Amino acid sequence: MNFLPPDLAPAYPEIFLLVMVCVVLLADLVAGVKRPYLAYMLALGALFGCALITLGTSTTDVSYTFSGMFVDDAMADTLKLLTYVTVAMVLVYSRSYIAVRGMFNGEFFSLTLFATLGMMVMISASHFLTLYLGLELLSLSLYAMVALRRDSVEATEAAMKYFVLGALASGFLLYGMSMVYGATGELNIGKVTEVIKNVIQGGDIDDYAVLVIGLVFIVAGISFKLSAAPFHMWAPDVYQGAPTAVVLFIGSAPKIAAFGFVMRLLVEGMGAMVADWQGMIMILAVMSMMIGNLAAIAQTNIKRMLAYSTISHMGFMLLGIVSADGNGYSSSMFYIVIYVLMTLGIFGMIMMLSREGFEAERIDDFKGLNRRNPWYAFITLLLMFSLAGVPPLVGFYAKLSVLQAVLNAGYVWLAVVAVLFSLIGAFYYLRIIKLMYFDEPETDAPIMPPGDIKLLISANGLAVLAFGLFPQSLMAMCAYAIQQSM
Amino acid sequence: MSSGFPLLSLIIWLPIIAGIAVLATGGDRNASMARWLALAGSIAGLLVAFPLYSGFDVLMGGMQFVEYHPWIERFNIHYHLGVDGIAMPLILLNCFTTPLVVIAGWQVISNRVSQYMGALLIMSGIVNGVFSSLDAILFYAFWEASLIPMFLIIGIWGGPNRVYAAIKFFLYTLLGSLLMLVAFIYLYRASGGSFSIQDYHKLPLPLAPQILIFIAFLLAFAVKVPMWPVHTWLPDAHVEAPTGGSVVLAAILLKLGGYGFLRFSLPIVPDASQYLSGMMITLSLIGVVYIGLVALVQADMKKLIAYSSVSHMGFVTLGFFLFNAYGIEGAMVQMISHGFISAAMFLCVGVMYDRLHSRQIADYGGVANKMPVFAAFFMLFAMANSGLPGTSGFVGEFMVIMAAIKVNFWYAFLAATTLIFGAAYTLWMYKRVVFGAVANPAVEALKDINHREILILTILAAAVLWMGLYPMPFTEVMHATVDDLLAHVARGKLPLE
Repeated sequence: MNFLPPDLAPAYPEIFLLVMVCVVLLADLVAGVKRPYLAYMLALGALFGCALITLGTSTTDVSYTFSGMFVDDAMADTLKLLTYVTVAMVLVYSRSYIAVRGMFNGEFFSLTLFATLGMMVMISASHFLTLYLGLELLSLSLYAMVALRRDSVEATEAAMKYFVLGALASGFLLYGMSMVYGATGELNIGKVTEVIKNVIQGGDIDDYAVLVIGLVFIVAGISFKLSAAPFHMWAPDVYQGAPTAVVLFIGSAPKIAAFGFVMRLLVEGMGAMVADWQGMIMILAVMSMMIGNLAAIAQTNIKRMLAYSTISHMGFMLLGIVSADGNGYSSSMFYIVIYVLMTLGIFGMIMMLSREGFEAERIDDFKGLNRRNPWYAFITLLLMFSLAGVPPLVGFYAKLSVLQAVLNAGYVWLAVVAVLFSLIGAFYYLRIIKLMYFDEPETDAPIMPPGDIKLLISANGLAVLAFGLFPQSLMAMCAYAIQQSM
Repeated sequence: MSSGFPLLSLIIWLPIIAGIAVLATGGDRNASMARWLALAGSIAGLLVAFPLYSGFDVLMGGMQFVEYHPWIERFNIHYHLGVDGIAMPLILLNCFTTPLVVIAGWQVISNRVSQYMGALLIMSGIVNGVFSSLDAILFYAFWEASLIPMFLIIGIWGGPNRVYAAIKFFLYTLLGSLLMLVAFIYLYRASGGSFSIQDYHKLPLPLAPQILIFIAFLLAFAVKVPMWPVHTWLPDAHVEAPTGGSVVLAAILLKLGGYGFLRFSLPIVPDASQYLSGMMITLSLIGVVYIGLVALVQADMKKLIAYSSVSHMGFVTLGFFLFNAYGIEGAMVQMISHGFISAAMFLCVGVMYDRLHSRQIADYGGVANKMPVFAAFFMLFAMANSGLPGTSGFVGEFMVIMAAIKVNFWYAFLAATTLIFGAAYTLWMYKRVVFGAVANPAVEALKDINHREILILTILAAAVLWMGLYPMPFTEVMHATVDDLLAHVARGKLPLE
C-alpha cells in the first residue's frame, strides 16, 4: 500500500500558526513572568509571518489538499489576510486594556491565535468535517476567552450562556450536516454539490425532503454564529458581560470567518438549493434588521447597543447573500470588511475611554467627549456616521453595494425595507454623536492612550473616511476574490 | 466651454480644505486666528467663483465646465462635474452667502469657534458639490454629507431645544434621501449600469415606474424645500439654530430641494411630473396660503420667518410645475431672491437677539427709537419679504403669478393672496417690534448696529435692490437651460409602443 504524503503547501499558513501558538505557550511558560511582552510580540510576529506566507503562496488557481478536505483559493487568501490584519489590530487595541486588568498573559494571546487558526481552517474548508473542526476550534477558544476574568460574575455568566447556546447551535449544525450526509452519502463539499444536483435533476422527492430539513438546521446553525435574529439572543449578553477586549475580538474577525463559512457551506455546498435557502436567509435578514435596529434604540449600555447594531448589520450583510450571484456575494464580503473596520474602531474607542477601575460601558460615558478631546470625538463621529451609512463615509458604500445587489436580483421591496430600517438605525448612532457634541462631560479625566494605540485609532477612523472617498480598491479586491472562487 | 482647468473642483474643495485648516487651529485660545482664516477662506471661495460667471456661455443650454474622471469603476461611478444655467446661479448664491455668515458669527459665536467656522466652510464646499455633480452617487454623497455639518451647527450652537431640532432635522432629511437612493439604484439597473444623471435624462421609462421614481424623488426634495405637509422640521430647526445656521439653512439648504426638482424630477420623469402636476400645484398652493396664515399668528420672530420661508418656497414648487418658461425662471429667481431676503431677515432677528436674548415679538417695541439705522435696513428687508415692487421679492413672485394666470386663473388668484398675507405678517411683525413707544427698559438699553453688522446688511440690501430693479443678469444665464428643459419635458420619454 502506497502512502502519498499530502501536499502541505496550501496549508502552510495554518501549520506555521500552529507552531507559533506552541511557541507562544512555551515562551510564556519559560519567560512569561519576567518578560510579559514576549508573548505579545510573538503573537504579532506570528500573524505577520502568516501574512507573508499567505501572500507568498497565493496563486490564482484553486488547490486542494488532504484528500480534498482543504482548499486554497483567492477567496481563502483574501479572507485570511483580512483576518490577520483584524486580529493584529485587536491585539494592539487590547494591549493596555488587558494589561491594566491583569489579563495580559500567555493565555490571552494563545487563545486568540488558536481562535485565529480555527477561523483559517473554516475559511479554507472544503469538507463538512473540516468546517466543523475549524468552527469548534474557534468557538471553544472564544468561550474560554469570555471567561478569562474568573473573578467577574458577569463574564462568567456570559461565558456560560455563550457556551450553552453555542454548543446547541453546533449541535444543530452537525445534525443538519448529518442529514445532508444521509441524503447524499458525501461530506466533501464539491461532491455534495454534484450529488445534490443529481437529486434535483432526478426528481428524488424523499432525498430532497431530507436535504431541505438538513438545510434548515444548517441555516439555523449559521445564523447563530452570525448572530442573526432569531438566533441572536446570546450576542447582547456576551457583548455586555465579556471584557471589552474579548468583545472586540468576538465582534470582528470571526465575522469574516463566518462569511467564509456561509460561502463554503451554502453557496458552494448547497448552491443547487438556492431557491430553498434564499427564502430562509431573506427572513433572517429582515428579522435581524428589525430586531437589531429597534432593540438598539432602547439600550443604555453601549456594548449592548453595539451588539444589537451588529445583529442589524449582519441582517444587512445577509441581503447580499439573498441576491445569490457573484455580485451579491462580493457586496456581502465588502460589507463584512467594512463592518469589521468600523467595529474595530468603535470598540477600540470604548477601551480607550476605559481606565483602571473604570469601564466606559454606559452610553453616557461618551458625554461631552468633544470637550474632553475633540480629535477622538471626531474619530468617533466618523465611525458613527459610517455605521449609520451616511456618505461620504465608507459605511454608505457597503450599504450601496448590497442594495444594488438586492435590486439587481429584483427585490425592490426588500431594498425599501432595508432602507427604512437603516433610517431607524441612524437614530441610535446619532444619539452617540449628540452625547459627544451637544452634552457636557460628566468627568474630565484625561484620555491618555499609549502612542501606538493613539496612532492606530486615528488611522482606523481616517480609513473610514479615506475608503469612503476612494472605495474602489476594496470593492475590486472583494469582487476579485469572489470571482476567482466561483 | 471647457478650458481644462478644474474650476468646479476648486470651487468645491477650496472651502473644504480651508475648513479643515480652520478646524486645525484648535481650541478657543486661537479663536481670532480661526475667524480670520475662515473669512479668508470664504472670500477666496467667492473669488474663485467669479470666473464661473464670467466664463459662462449664456447661449448654451448644456453642461459647462465639465470634469469627468473615473471614481468607483466597479459600479461605473464617475467624478463628473458640470454646471448649467440652473446650477450656476445657485453656486454663486452659496459662495456669496458664506462670507456673510462667517462675518455674522464673528462675535456671537464665542464657544468652539474653530469648529463652527470649519463646519460652515466645509458645508459651503459640500453644497457646491451638490449643485455641480452630474453623477447620481456623487450627488448623493454630497447631498447627505451636507447634513453632517448642519446637524452639528444646530446641535452644538443652537438654542435650548437644539437636540430635538437637530435630530428631527437629520432624520427627516435622511428618510427622504434614502428613498431617492433606491430610485437611483433602480435607474442604474434600468439604464444598463450607469449612474450618470445625463444618461437618466435620456432614458425612456414607462409611466408606472416613472410615478414611483417621482414619488421617491418627491419625498427627498419635498422634505428639503420644504413643502407642506413635510415642513414641520423647518420651524424647529430654524428656531433652535444659531443665526448663522438659520441663514445657511434658509438661504442655501432649502435650495437643494428646489434644485433637485429641476435636475431630477422634471427631466428624468417628465411624464410623471406632468401627470402629477395637479397634486404638486395643490400642495404648493396649500403651502403658500395655509402656511402664510400660520405665519400670521406666530409670536416668535424666527418662527414667523421660518413659516414665511415655507410659504415663499411654495411659490418655487408652484412655478416648477406650471411647465412654462416664466414659471420656472420665476421660481429660480424666487429661490435666489429668497436666499438674499431670508438671510437678511434672519440676520436682522439675530441682531436683536444678540442684544436682548429674546425672539418673542412681545418683548420688543419701539426699537426704531434706539436703533434707527437698523430699523431702516429691517424696513427694506421686511418690504422685500412682502414682495414690494423694486425689491427682489417682487420679481420672482410676479413671474410665477404671470405663469399661473396662463394655466389657470384660480391658481394665480390663490398664489397672489400671498402678496396680502406676506405683507400682513411681515409688516405687522415689523410694526410691533420696531414702531411705537419704547416698550421696556431692555429696549431702552439697546445700542444701534455696529460697522460689522452694517457691512453685512448693506451688501444684502444692495443685492436685494439690484435684483429687484435689474433682474436681467440673473435671468439671462438660465434662459437657454430652461428652454431646453421645457422642450425636454414637453417631449416626454415614454417608450414608443
